[in-house]
Amino acid sequence: MTTVEETAVLAPSAAPAAPGPKAATRRPTKLPGETPAFVPYLQALPLALILGFFLLVPIITIVVVSFWDYDFARVIPDFILTNYQDVLGSWVTWKTYLNTLKYTAIVWAITLSIGFTVAYFLAFYIRTATMQTVLFLVCTVPFLTSNIIRMISWIPFLGRNGLMNGFLQSIGLVDQPVEWLLYSDFAVVLAMVHLYTLFMVTPIFNSLVRIDRALIEAARDNGASAFQTLVHVVIPLAKPGIAIGSIFVVTLIMADFSTVQVMSGGQSASVALMMRNQMSLLQYPAAAANAVVLLVVVLLMVAAILRVVDIRKEL
Amino acid sequence: MARPADLELASVTKRYGGTVAVDSISLKIKAGTYCCLLGPSGCGKSSTLRMIAGHESVSDGDIVLGNQIVNDKPPAQRGSAMMFQSYALFPHLSVRDNVAFSLRMKGIDKPTRHKRADEMLALVDMTPYAERLPAQLSGGQQQRVALARALVTDPQILLLDEPLSALDPFLKIRVRAELKRFQRELGISFIHVTHSQEEAMALADLVVIMSHGRIEQAGAPRAIFETPASEFVARFIGGHNILPIFGKTVSVRADRVSLVPQDDAPGGRRAIVRSTEYQGSNVVVGLVAEDGTELVAIVPDKVFFARPVEVGDATAVTWDEADIHEFAA
Repeated sequence: MTTVEETAVLAPSAAPAAPGPKAATRRPTKLPGETPAFVPYLQALPLALILGFFLLVPIITIVVVSFWDYDFARVIPDFILTNYQDVLGSWVTWKTYLNTLKYTAIVWAITLSIGFTVAYFLAFYIRTATMQTVLFLVCTVPFLTSNIIRMISWIPFLGRNGLMNGFLQSIGLVDQPVEWLLYSDFAVVLAMVHLYTLFMVTPIFNSLVRIDRALIEAARDNGASAFQTLVHVVIPLAKPGIAIGSIFVVTLIMADFSTVQVMSGGQSASVALMMRNQMSLLQYPAAAANAVVLLVVVLLMVAAILRVVDIRKEL
Repeated sequence: MARPADLELASVTKRYGGTVAVDSISLKIKAGTYCCLLGPSGCGKSSTLRMIAGHESVSDGDIVLGNQIVNDKPPAQRGSAMMFQSYALFPHLSVRDNVAFSLRMKGIDKPTRHKRADEMLALVDMTPYAERLPAQLSGGQQQRVALARALVTDPQILLLDEPLSALDPFLKIRVRAELKRFQRELGISFIHVTHSQEEAMALADLVVIMSHGRIEQAGAPRAIFETPASEFVARFIGGHNILPIFGKTVSVRADRVSLVPQDDAPGGRRAIVRSTEYQGSNVVVGLVAEDGTELVAIVPDKVFFARPVEVGDATAVTWDEADIHEFAA
């Protein structure tokens, strides 16, 4: 049964293959109206320039500066490894990385569960495309203000005499104001979840709406319960979206310094915050070495995510 | 294999808000029947199939499979299995895992379910492709995997939603023959939704022609072609001339119409040739009668070329009195 089909497929491809070798030996002749060879390079030039100036040059600069020497007032061009020895040899760096990774893990897990739930609701429970778009725009409303404003707006809510403590005390749940609501790891995680969940919702939603509804029916037809359908059909097919969302969230948290600074009240450190402090002390080469290490760590994390999930299907 | 079962629809109705998609249809399909639900798009044939499958709720009436009413049962507990229009193979699972999916949902262990899946793949001649992903298969191969996935649940009845529509015309005819062979070998009923009368004629033991949510006619293909119950049926299955005779609308099969020179047939209708279409064994001649009725005559090539006509020629058409068919309705 298969042979008929396969010969049918093979037959047409066999015919044009015949003149192949002849065509290969002939030198390519220019047809009238054909574009000159340099045109494609010209077309690629604008993007190459943008990437070169805004991505390549800064990174090369950072790498070069990370090998320079410095004292309290100057940076001195040199080639030394002291900066890296300082970064990797200091227990403060390791502790800070551990702290940042802790935030990353917690916030990733929370944004993933909230993001998947919201995206699932939007994709499967909202029937019309118009309503999906409207609700999706509602999700983006917080983004109309800046990150800092959104963070700071938590302070009167979570503070010692804030709305939350007032409420808890008025219903008699606590006698004393709860101290850990603000300027704590809890506050940092809460603010990060608030800031970054949308980056999870968008790509997952995008993956989910592409799932053919017939597949859900087919799963049901094959006796899968709602939960089995979720585990065996929906989540595997949402993996590319989950991976893209995870890359967004992980890179954003690894590079975050303002949220950690504001919401922990200066009691917690993050890798980017450490760099900022070094820069404010004019220790640019040390900050640059730190940046290179962070870049490598984040690239390794992204590579790990891409190893688990093939996102090319999505792009 | 599951015991084949009879299917009965008793005044089954489907309403979507205010519109009625399926209007109180009743139908009996004996075990082991190849049944085609045929009709134009929007006639309710897909809704009917989806109600039988359990993917659409029944607004009114009963669906009886074997000796139980299955209205409120989930799809997997009805004893039916569905093959979807675009096959709906899980793109992230290999062919074997696709076929074994329902067994996995039941919690059957891996060696057993793989063995069962491999048996099914052998049945549809797809054993060499067990490790592939659906995207690496041709349309015809995907169709066979979908068939294997449906059959692994041991259904009493198989529901097919336009199973051939995604295939190219050449493959369609071959796969059509395969479907018929599987149905005969398995001995269970196939209910096959299609809008192609040619497909229905070729496959079905029982053709059910639907229009506007109602059954226009249900019967063997031959009965339907020879004695269409209504003007709609005659027009839809094609090959029929519909014309008024003595104040009644009747049908005359196009292959029973003969062309004669005007002088030879005092009783014949005068007509002008509008088109001729050579089809090998036949020539299809389009005509317009004097009263403006459009007619089609399907003439055997031998007869046609013995006395050929060309577009614009005046001729006459005749038929036997016995070939005039009056509609029952």
